[in-house]
Amino acid sequence: MEFKDYYQLMGVKRDATQDEIKRAYRKLARKYHPDVSKEPDAEARFKEVGEAYEVLKDPEKRTAYDQLGANWKAGQDFHPPPDWDQGFEFHGGGFTGADADHFSDFFESLFGRGGFGGARAGHARREFYARGEDAHAKVLIDVEDAYRGTTRPLTLRHTELGADGRPHLKERTLNVSIPKGVRQGQHIRLAKQGGAGIGKGAAGDLYLEVEFRPHPLYSVEGKDLYLNLPVAPWEAALGATLKVPTPDGTVDLKLPPGSSGGRKLRLRGRGLPAKEPGDLYVVLQIALPKADSEAAKKAYADFEQALAFNPRAHLGI
Amino acid sequence: MKTTDMMSLLAGEVLDEDIELSLSELCRACQLPAERIFELVEEGVVDPLGRDPRQWRFQAFSIRRVRCAHRLEQDLGVNAAGAALALDLLEELERLHVRLQRLES
Repeated sequence: MEFKDYYQLMGVKRDATQDEIKRAYRKLARKYHPDVSKEPDAEARFKEVGEAYEVLKDPEKRTAYDQLGANWKAGQDFHPPPDWDQGFEFHGGGFTGADADHFSDFFESLFGRGGFGGARAGHARREFYARGEDAHAKVLIDVEDAYRGTTRPLTLRHTELGADGRPHLKERTLNVSIPKGVRQGQHIRLAKQGGAGIGKGAAGDLYLEVEFRPHPLYSVEGKDLYLNLPVAPWEAALGATLKVPTPDGTVDLKLPPGSSGGRKLRLRGRGLPAKEPGDLYVVLQIALPKADSEAAKKAYADFEQALAFNPRAHLGI
Repeated sequence: MKTTDMMSLLAGEVLDEDIELSLSELCRACQLPAERIFELVEEGVVDPLGRDPRQWRFQAFSIRRVRCAHRLEQDLGVNAAGAALALDLLEELERLHVRLQRLES
């Protein structure tokens, strides 16, 4: 397994004070928090930083980690020396906030799995007949899927307490039906698909949060869709009937004469399906033909001759 | 170990605007004790209908807001008021982001 340089991950020196480490952590946590960050690898970075902080914030774990020596480089092949943690008794610190399920093999080889004192094993499991925990997951779909409904195979990982009393990672795949009309941020509740109950306790529920993949044509706001539609200057000026793509297929749009760029035209009820379906807004963008031939240049010159047009009149010049 | 249940197609219930949750349903969905929800109601993170907590009705999107506020508190060391502020700003940012994408495309 690879050695992890927790100081490097947090951008602090090896002799940083506990206060400096805390400040560095707060800063990085804000930067990479998956709810806040727009960085593509935010979640992975957030977990890494959380793991580094878990070790460095706890003077006992930090001292033990420091004892490995300063010569290790991040990514170097690493095996903990035998009896490396002799003389240390890890306690305190705990796993507040951090999710110990996601710590690296490197962390586990040093500090064990799931923390010390078996805090997690007894977590929320006091009653003998306990209802299973609810599980949460995200499901990514395309805008088109929300128009028609779809099915998605969903692979979920969870830890289960094995017969040997240790947590084991289990994977299961569910085939989930995504109904027509779901929207960004909505939850789908799958009854009894969460964690298994204890004893006669019922299983928990699984909550799926719907997220739309970014679409090359449409942007979504609530139930409404927006489409930028390029139009030729003469179409905008004289009016036209245009073919417009929608997730439901192509429709005809009547463009009134004298339309200007940026104008919004509403296709009522062509947004996301619902009892009261959303609308699809077409935003006009005037596209100019290139003046790359003699004929085209002449057409532009004729244009200029025929129209006394000052696009900057409103600037007072 | 891998278990596959591809035989049956699971259909769930969409928690749309027609669905309202009681306090206990919200607690269950967010895996949080009622005291936590009281705090977040106090800060305006979620806004239930009804006066008495026993009659409170929450809109389904409350699950998302409560869970996000709770994570921000846990991970960033902010209090409930700070999480409420961050949540409002994040939603505003999200709206602006969608608009910007539309204008730039």
